[in-house]
Amino acid sequence: MTEHARIPKLEARDVRLDYFQPRTDARLVALDGVNLEVMAGEFVSIVGPSGCGKTTFLSVVDGLITASAGRILVDGEVVTKPGPDRAVVFQDASLLPWRTVFGNVVYGLECIGVGAREAKERASHFIDLVGLSGFEQHYPYELSGGMQQRVNLARALVMDPKILLMDEPFASLDAQTREVMQEELLRIWIQAKKTVLFVTHQIDEAIFLSDRVAVFSGRPGTVKATIPIEIARPRALALKRDARFHAVEDRIWALIEEEVKGKLNRRTIDRAGPGF
Amino acid sequence: MVTVADPATSTIPRRSLLARLCRDHEQLVIGGGTLVAFLLAWEAFGESGLVDPLFISSPTRVAQAGFALLHDRDFWNDLGVSGREFILGYGAAVALAVPLGLAIGLSRRLQYMLSPFVDTLNAVPRVTLLPLIILWLGIGIWSKVVVVFLGAVIPIMINTQSGVKTSEARFIRVARSFSASRFKIFSSIVLPGTVPFIFTGLKYGAGRALLGVVVGELYAATAGIGHMIAEAGNTFQTDVVFFGVLIFMATGLVVVALLDRLEQRFEKWRPNAR
Amino acid sequence: MRAERNMRAERSCYLLHERAILGAAMVILFLLAWEGLERGWWADLLHPLLGAAAERFKLKPIFVSSPTLVAQAAFRMFFVTGEIWRDLGWSAIGYVLGLVLAIAVGIPLGLAAGWYRRFSYAVAPFLSALNATPQVAFLPLIVVWIGTGLGARILVIFLLAVLPIAINAHAAVRTIDPRLVKVAASFGASDWRLFRTVILPGSLPLVLAGLRLAVGRGMIGVVVGEIYGSASGIGAMINQAGARFQTDKVFVGVLTIVAVGVILAEVVQRIERRVEIWRPPA
Repeated sequence: MTEHARIPKLEARDVRLDYFQPRTDARLVALDGVNLEVMAGEFVSIVGPSGCGKTTFLSVVDGLITASAGRILVDGEVVTKPGPDRAVVFQDASLLPWRTVFGNVVYGLECIGVGAREAKERASHFIDLVGLSGFEQHYPYELSGGMQQRVNLARALVMDPKILLMDEPFASLDAQTREVMQEELLRIWIQAKKTVLFVTHQIDEAIFLSDRVAVFSGRPGTVKATIPIEIARPRALALKRDARFHAVEDRIWALIEEEVKGKLNRRTIDRAGPGF
Repeated sequence: MVTVADPATSTIPRRSLLARLCRDHEQLVIGGGTLVAFLLAWEAFGESGLVDPLFISSPTRVAQAGFALLHDRDFWNDLGVSGREFILGYGAAVALAVPLGLAIGLSRRLQYMLSPFVDTLNAVPRVTLLPLIILWLGIGIWSKVVVVFLGAVIPIMINTQSGVKTSEARFIRVARSFSASRFKIFSSIVLPGTVPFIFTGLKYGAGRALLGVVVGELYAATAGIGHMIAEAGNTFQTDVVFFGVLIFMATGLVVVALLDRLEQRFEKWRPNAR
Repeated sequence: MRAERNMRAERSCYLLHERAILGAAMVILFLLAWEGLERGWWADLLHPLLGAAAERFKLKPIFVSSPTLVAQAAFRMFFVTGEIWRDLGWSAIGYVLGLVLAIAVGIPLGLAAGWYRRFSYAVAPFLSALNATPQVAFLPLIVVWIGTGLGARILVIFLLAVLPIAINAHAAVRTIDPRLVKVAASFGASDWRLFRTVILPGSLPLVLAGLRLAVGRGMIGVVVGEIYGSASGIGAMINQAGARFQTDKVFVGVLTIVAVGVILAEVVQRIERRVEIWRPPA
């Protein structure tokens, strides 16, 4: 077996994103040099103040938006467009209302041309994994918010992506369902053995789920700090009341508070000149 | 509000079965009731001699006239002619308007090119074009087919186009994140989402198509139910006129009901907000 | 949001005005093609290909007229003889009266149906039946009842216009946010105050939309009403011109009606915008 240096599963190198706001003729910087590494099998969360570019960054990683500068590498190779190696779980489940649970889960597989029989097998496995067996023929309007998000998750997992990108998937759920889903996610993650990049507003959620938490600065976004979470797995929800847990929470909150209150938004507004 | 009544000490009188039925199906009872009352009043006025039955007829006379017509070969011919005008014109409109509406919705350029014509056609009352259409196509079946076609094609196209444009961005985002091809996006996201809009257009277009039959036949025709109404009107056969109007009314209701049924089969996925 | 595309500070002049350019181009092409039919351009063009058969592409003016002929007729009718103003005025009387009647009946009817559930049960079958019928089919009946004078035309216009208004008014009341009603009621608002301050403003958008529909439908009523032997009026003018094969006049009439329809729709839209200033843009 050859020894090779451990390449990160996912790497963001100096990612920068500008965009042009036609109405005010200004050039705004959304991301200002983001550097982040996620190793295989890791669960990394991103937290940060509102508007700092967490979701934008995730879109760049997925290839839905093209970065102005810098690169995204998966397994050491540059990626610029969406691909089967990355799958996104959006905050809005966005299940196609005219398809059943089963139809929604196999949707991605259809898009990349996987055969019907194989798709059916894979879908059944993941529908079962997320705890929805028996609901295959239901329509989205018949499902609760939590159930819809499970379908959303199954839809992403069935693609067998190298990296799972999750954009505040539990934000629209009520508090109790949210906690249950966090536990469920960890269970599913351990079984599916995926690498996960998870964006969230909730610090406790980030700490509970992750191996490391990346704290974003305010706009323009960059990684302010990365906090390793040294809590053994498997983790129970009761951990959230532990003193050590609170200590980490305080630490992260202090970092974010700095961004929110002290420095405010370091926004760069350039006047776009004619030669631009 | 729920009040629990104790049978032993209750002083609330027990409602009769009829009263309970009335309360549960209030809508049906009141609606049906007013309809029946209207028919009775009509009958009373018509037969009592207060007003000349020549003017307002009465339900029984209309029914009698209808019955007589059902045995008249000419009536069935008229029905067939009107029916053919409707089906040909409406069918052609659907066949053209749905694909065209989809195309216009997808291509901004095509929309820019065609919108002056669509908007103008939408603003022209077909009735004003009748003299021209008759000039070109005569008073036979084809002039009416064109009038029907023109009436139905615009609303169907506009609604279909509208459906394409309102394809929800979040669903398209999902498709793109799975690297779906443009055709896949069209067939799996745009098309299913447009179906409700298409049906709205179909229903509205059916009404306009029916209107086209009437307007065309009233203006110039040798056969058809509208023609029958016009002739009966000229000869003061009010009961026949009413019967003819009734036929159009019934057709309108039936077509819309059929479309509703069809729509339900396509839209099982919708929560029943109807 | 594509970062690269948004970086372009200038967009070409064409793109900014694409809509107008393409639209205008197509209209010009259409007019040229139309003109060509009457002048024989197509016949000349296709002559080398089709020989004598190409002559079929040169149409006599009575069939399709041509843009120039129509323009000439329009000039005559508007500015020389002024006949069209007379016709418009005649039609306008019936139109305005019919529309006013439709508003006066339709709005209270619709609002009442929306507010009083039982009333809507009673009235709904009639409204649905009337809506499903092409109202024009009542024309012979109307002629039997009150002949072919101004009254008949007003009645036809009324029938056509009242339904969209009533149906929309009904829907307007039914779709008012019940939370607003709750708030007013919690402040002890009387029924009349509730109506004036919550129902009326809240239902205005849909009612105005119904008015826009009614304005268009009413115009159909104008022309249809004049089918049966009216001597004046824009619909009658079109009719007579058609019977005399004066196709250019027919087109002038049609275009005038279109123009009036567009102007009226624009007027209603302006009113809508003024009244709905509180609405976030759609």
